[in-house]
Amino acid sequence: MGKRIAVEDSHAAALAAKMANVDVIAAYPITPQTHIVEELSRMVSDGEFDAEYINVESEHSAISACIGASAVGARCFTATAGQGLALMHEILFIAAGNRFPIVMAVANRCLSPNINIWGDQSDVMSSRDCGWIQIFAENAQEIFDLLLSAFKISEDDRVLLPVAVNFDGFYATHVVERMDLPEEEEVRRFLPPHRTAKYKLDPDRPLTFGAIGFPTIQFELRRQWEEALCNSKQVIKEVWQEFGRVFGRHYDVLEPYRMEDAEIAFILMGGSCGTCRVAVDRLRERGFKAGMIKLRLFRPFPKEEILEATSKLKTLITVDKHICLGGLGGPLFNDLRALFYGFQRQINVAGFIAGVGGRDVRVKDFEQMFEKVVKGEVSPEKHIFIVRGES
Amino acid sequence: MDVSQEYFKTFRDLPREDWFVCGHRACQGCGEAIAVRLILKALGPNTIVVSPTGCLEIISSPFPYTSWAVPWIHVAFENAAAVASGVEAGLKVLARKGLLEKRKTNVLVLAGDGGTVDIGLQSLSGALERGHNFLYVCLDNEAYMNTGIQRSGATPFMCWTTTSQVGKVKRGNLTWKKNMPAIVAAHRVPYVATATVAYPLDLANKAKRGAEMEGPAYLHVLASCPTGWRLPPELSVEISRLAVQTGFFPLYEIVDGELRVTVEIPKRKPVAEYLKPQGRFRHLTDEDIAKIQEQVDRECARLGIP
Ligand SMILES: Cc1ncc(C[n+]2csc(CCOP(=O)(O)OP(=O)(O)O)c2C)c(N)n1
Ligand code: SF4
Ligand SMILES: [Mg+2]
Repeated sequence: MGKRIAVEDSHAAALAAKMANVDVIAAYPITPQTHIVEELSRMVSDGEFDAEYINVESEHSAISACIGASAVGARCFTATAGQGLALMHEILFIAAGNRFPIVMAVANRCLSPNINIWGDQSDVMSSRDCGWIQIFAENAQEIFDLLLSAFKISEDDRVLLPVAVNFDGFYATHVVERMDLPEEEEVRRFLPPHRTAKYKLDPDRPLTFGAIGFPTIQFELRRQWEEALCNSKQVIKEVWQEFGRVFGRHYDVLEPYRMEDAEIAFILMGGSCGTCRVAVDRLRERGFKAGMIKLRLFRPFPKEEILEATSKLKTLITVDKHICLGGLGGPLFNDLRALFYGFQRQINVAGFIAGVGGRDVRVKDFEQMFEKVVKGEVSPEKHIFIVRGES
Repeated sequence: MDVSQEYFKTFRDLPREDWFVCGHRACQGCGEAIAVRLILKALGPNTIVVSPTGCLEIISSPFPYTSWAVPWIHVAFENAAAVASGVEAGLKVLARKGLLEKRKTNVLVLAGDGGTVDIGLQSLSGALERGHNFLYVCLDNEAYMNTGIQRSGATPFMCWTTTSQVGKVKRGNLTWKKNMPAIVAAHRVPYVATATVAYPLDLANKAKRGAEMEGPAYLHVLASCPTGWRLPPELSVEISRLAVQTGFFPLYEIVDGELRVTVEIPKRKPVAEYLKPQGRFRHLTDEDIAKIQEQVDRECARLGIP
């Protein structure tokens, strides 16, 4: 058995990279992610594990160096946030489309302007379509567990895609939480100490990576990428089941809370799920049939599981921390309305935007959203309700 | 190591095999293609190549075909040095952990001038400063050829390109060519050199010396481009020779900070002989040429070239 520790969430991420025995770390400092790379630098300098730590001069180069290292068969890790993720944008697609296993921690941060270092989901949502596997973690334990399993998912021959594990900047980076840290030998039963790369830059077997794709072939390549991403869901589930068998902590693509007889439920991702659970409890005490779905896997979007989990609901409340500017509200809201429409489901989707730019989303904010729905203040024509909360 | 080692004294010393193979789509007389073929002959098969976006990438990798008989990777336009950093670091750590056979694998970047002196300058500077063990070759055809002959920071003074047009008010490129070898040398890397395809053994030896050097090495190759220079393809090599003989593009190497001219030109030809055959300089007046001659004289004096 491992040991129970108190750990800063950022350090939980660094511990995951260390226990995964990563070969190459290439990262650039940006708040609120910085503690992750600082801790990794300390670990490497102290000789706690053997990795090449590349002090790149930008996030663009961080992800590019990860591609280079991944291409020779190394296990690589990077971490970023907000502007850093935006700077990587171009290369994120290439990492995924050319099928390089890479694991990245993203401490979600609001994109400028105005310069703001606090947490929301505008960074990850602006790179939503980059073809990565995108997972959301709520707390230190999840950050560690999901990052560790991310390596196994990413390197699986049926997947070969990069994985981003997201968690709220500050709310899930700069807090100290309790966490179970497994033993090295336990980790090795789950994740082999090294990658075995089938396709790599190897002078004994020369391969060409990143060729020009003419219109005669590009469409097919893009479709294969989409299929690989969609098919990865099965592998993700398998890996998490195996994780549960080894470590006794069980994860799935979504996590229902008090959903058995719920009529109105929230759906959201990340650290605010904890606050939302308290709100659901309070609403239950007040006699409402409230529930919550925590979405752990955002891409590939777990359609079937969401349809099943919402099959008895009257109303689903989406809580987005990003506005699709000039569009139709938040990204989750859009995805869910599209999903239900396609399946002709009679379910109301009430879209709320909250927590933008690091604004706290409190228990009473969730209650307020719920009350608005109950009072019928949310109509289908309106698609955006901003909960300002308190500053 | 012996920095002045002549690995290749005659053409017979170069291997017959090619690792940049025929069938690629370069224009006739393309200096980039000639240079790359030579460089790979010099380095041999135990080489991993990284290329940014540009002519070389386009002409050599039309999926599902490839001209690369060595492992090759292209990621994007501005990050070849960063990708190479990852390749080098990855090889190093995997070898250290016993996961790769311990042998010398050359990490070679083959980049255009745009991908080097402009959009890729930041990632190159970072990689040089970090001291990765690789050879970075800039194939300088003095413009963005791949996208249709737009100017770059390496385009010569007054040169015509599609974004430095010759008109009534402005006549070609308004700035002097960026001195990229000097910028690299300022990073205090162990090896910096210039070369052209007109002096192929000089080029091959420099590539090999750079690759053998511990730490970052940089080779700046003037790569004639008949298409973009508005030049008959059969003059591609000849024009490269004139670039050297006029002092327009001197051949030298800087080893641990010490500069040495490698191809001595006892009597420089007038720069007009280099400029006149090229359509991209067609609009130059005698006065313009005199101005360019002055600048070339100044640069040569700086390098100690008579
Ligand atoms: C970020 C980005 N900006 C612009 C381009 C378009 N582009 C591709 S190659 C190229 C020019 C390449 O010039 P150079 O590096 O000199 O290589 P050459 O083709 O001349 O050999 C440009 C502008 C791109 N691919 N990516
Ligand atoms: S345009 Fe110039 S650099 Fe490009 S392939 Fe043709 S000759 Fe070579
Ligand atoms: Mg060019």
